[in-house]
Amino acid sequence: MVGQKFQNPITLTRDDYKGRPSTLCKGCGHNSISNMIISACHDLGIPPEKFVKFSGIGCSSKSAAYFLERSFGFNGLHGRMPSVAEGALFADTSLKGIGISGDGDTANIGLSQFKHIARRNVPLVYIVENNGVYGLTKGQFSATAEKGLKLKRQGENSYLPVDIAMEAIAANASFVARSFAGDPKQVKELLKAAISHEGTAILDIISPCVTFNNQDYSLHSYSWGKGHESPLHELSFIPPRDEITVDDFERGTTKEVTMHDGSVIVFKKLEREYDPTNRTEAIRMLEEAIRRNWLITGLLYVDPNTPNIYEMFSMGKEPLNRTPVERLRPDKNSLRYINDSFS
Amino acid sequence: MGIQMTKINDFGITISTVNGSGSATANNTIHKAIAKMGIPVSGRNIFPSNIQGLPTWYSIRVNGKGFLGRLEKDDIAICLNQAVINEDIARLNKGGLLILDDRIKIDDSLDHVHVIKLPIDEILENCDVPKGLEVYLSNMVYVGALAKIISINSKKIEETLSQHFNNRKKAIEPNINVINAAYEWAQENVKDDYGFELREPDKKSAQIVVDGNTAAALGALYGGLQHAAWYPITPATGIAETLNEYIPSLRFDNEKHETTCVVVQAEDELASIGMVVGAGWAGLRSMTATSGPGLCLMTEFLGLAYFAEVPLVVWDVQRVGPSTGLPTRTSQGDLAFAYNLSHGDTDFIIMLPANVKECFEFGWKGLDVAEHFQTPVIILSDLELGMNFWISEPFKYPDKEIDRGKIIWEKELEELISDQGGWGRYIDVDGDSIPKRTVPGNLHPKASYFTRGTGHDEFAHYSEDPDIWRENLDRIKRKIENSVSSLPKPVIRQGKQKNNIGIVSYGSTDMAVTEVHTLLNEKGIFCDYLRIRAIPFSQEVESFLSSHQENFIIECNRDGQMKDILSMRYPKIAHRHIPICKIDGLSLSASWIYDHIIDHLKDKN
Repeated sequence: MVGQKFQNPITLTRDDYKGRPSTLCKGCGHNSISNMIISACHDLGIPPEKFVKFSGIGCSSKSAAYFLERSFGFNGLHGRMPSVAEGALFADTSLKGIGISGDGDTANIGLSQFKHIARRNVPLVYIVENNGVYGLTKGQFSATAEKGLKLKRQGENSYLPVDIAMEAIAANASFVARSFAGDPKQVKELLKAAISHEGTAILDIISPCVTFNNQDYSLHSYSWGKGHESPLHELSFIPPRDEITVDDFERGTTKEVTMHDGSVIVFKKLEREYDPTNRTEAIRMLEEAIRRNWLITGLLYVDPNTPNIYEMFSMGKEPLNRTPVERLRPDKNSLRYINDSFS
Repeated sequence: MGIQMTKINDFGITISTVNGSGSATANNTIHKAIAKMGIPVSGRNIFPSNIQGLPTWYSIRVNGKGFLGRLEKDDIAICLNQAVINEDIARLNKGGLLILDDRIKIDDSLDHVHVIKLPIDEILENCDVPKGLEVYLSNMVYVGALAKIISINSKKIEETLSQHFNNRKKAIEPNINVINAAYEWAQENVKDDYGFELREPDKKSAQIVVDGNTAAALGALYGGLQHAAWYPITPATGIAETLNEYIPSLRFDNEKHETTCVVVQAEDELASIGMVVGAGWAGLRSMTATSGPGLCLMTEFLGLAYFAEVPLVVWDVQRVGPSTGLPTRTSQGDLAFAYNLSHGDTDFIIMLPANVKECFEFGWKGLDVAEHFQTPVIILSDLELGMNFWISEPFKYPDKEIDRGKIIWEKELEELISDQGGWGRYIDVDGDSIPKRTVPGNLHPKASYFTRGTGHDEFAHYSEDPDIWRENLDRIKRKIENSVSSLPKPVIRQGKQKNNIGIVSYGSTDMAVTEVHTLLNEKGIFCDYLRIRAIPFSQEVESFLSSHQENFIIECNRDGQMKDILSMRYPKIAHRHIPICKIDGLSLSASWIYDHIIDHLKDKN
């Protein structure tokens, strides 16, 4: 176990990646996710100044203040975290965007922006801290709450839920994973893979609400999650600085996916053959999980070759927000030419 | 009926067609050829919210004195639409000229106008028209006939068509053939002189012809725009489309194969403004273009941008509301809304361009103002200005360096910290209510801050402290008030003699009001004219209003929205404000305004 003062390759300690103290409820799954974000970013050895945080509105969105204090952050509007990130990240394409959203933020008010950022493939780690309930307004159903769930003041939920991973795949997201806040090791490995992915990486993390939705039978509870979690594969993430080749893994039991920055994600299959680059298989698997009441966790789908939005727009390496003003104003001759074309 | 007096360089023509019949090229050819002759001319496309089948009109006004406002009545009507023939005839002045497709049936007992029946098919038959182009080319028949009747310089017609078709001979020639055939037909068959005549003036001003949306987009590109996000909406779409058209030549580095301006078509206006807020926050000069319904959707984000102090520019090209309203008709109905945008206490900087030259100028200036004061700037154009072609002096190259405001990078931040002992995003270091600003990508370990729409202190930390909330919001208000000196001053035109009557207007209504002002002074009703170009108001506005006993406030909306805002701002002189306003989808005409001012003055006496 590494201590708090352990230095990463750029000689920063875990403390350098921390945020302000959390004001969320004790035992909230979101706090565990914040901790794993801190660990993953520290492990990767990327300076905290190279991250930018975005969030919407809700308990989950508040948590963006509880990690990476040395990173810029923007706590925007309900359901509209993606659009703010989509504008901001053009300013400097070397920055790593981390978006924090909740199930209400993403699957209710923000479903449109969620799906559109995925299809544009804007490089952003899009984390949905999914607990099926509105916490800040004290316990109403969100769109991911399962049918039949009972809440104190709401009665019984009569609608079928939105499956965030399924929606992400349908929207052509290039990286879709699901995890469980109670499985910090997997959360961290998926986060590291998502940060290395140069496109939109959707992480649907079931994160139980200890106050309003933690009944044993609820799919968003700790006890249910622990009992029903069915990992697709064990996953270990190897940063590009470590010279590990696929040969280090026994053939037939692994599936490697090389990320664009050169890093490699390796999946150890447990019970089943699973190919995370097969979109059809991912959809079939999610269908099966819904039918069998499984909490499928792990990397469901990835395509590291989808061009991202920066490539589509011919963005340069130099940050656009540092472009000298002389390069931003066309010269006088060009205006003369335009005036002539209108005369 | 007899031949009327000669009307040289002073008459109105309306071309009445069916939408989707391809008359736009013909109408623009007439309009632009006249402009190329150096004669002041304006053109308005009155079109339906429809792709095919509904009536559409193109009204051209020729006026040697340079008045560009809309006319209530026509001198010449070119009618190709049976469905509205009676309306078209009713809008003709006595002694006017009705040129119509000979297949259109009219009442033969018409005696207040002259009638010319154009045998369109017969003329086309003699022209060897390429197959499939008959419908488009048939419109060139009225171009040719009109060219003969009012003496449009045929060289200018050819130049216009060459420009329109990018010098492609194959496209130009069939058009010219039809125009010539129609011209010859008119030469043989139209013997009367109806008195409407174009004469090229000795002194032609250097003129360009361009629409306000193009001007706005170009202004922004010369203002160093780096990011725009938008969602299609009439009548604002032209702004984004023009950005896309010019970025490859103006803002793309071909050597590095890199762009310096990104334009994203968003999924809706909620997202387009979100992207613009994100980009503005991250240090990109950013804007969006929309119309009323889109501005409604953007309101929540604009409140956030105001409070979190994010620079950005919104162009609202106004159409008629409320609701979907009249999507293809013009208004100045969004002023009060823009003034009161967002819940809570806010005040937005509003710029009010009145012509294409100002669309270009405010296009770059707006970005400077937004970044300098770290706040959204709303620019209110309208369909009249944005989607029609206007004559103008050529665009003037910006006379000021790009102003990026108080963005600080690593070095300046380090200096600030060693000088002040620390740094906070919302600390008023310079005493001008404008704090310093860092942006993402600044790698100084102390550069970052957490932006939020919730209550925050000078370090951007969450706060519910009453004093902190009040002081912060008061500082933002002071900041906006201080922007006055950086905004375009009002334009004042004095009357012929010292007087007590003021007329006030803004935006595209200026075209009619300039004419009214001239007319009133010529008739001995002396008055001064104030054109407001920005909110918050400068001292000149109050001085003007206070120094006149009566101020006619003229605008294209139902309630007199500028009148209301001025009355709230200057309650002590509110009783002097007389609203002259109307909304029906059409821009105000000088004659309508004139009559209403005269009526008011008569009633009083």
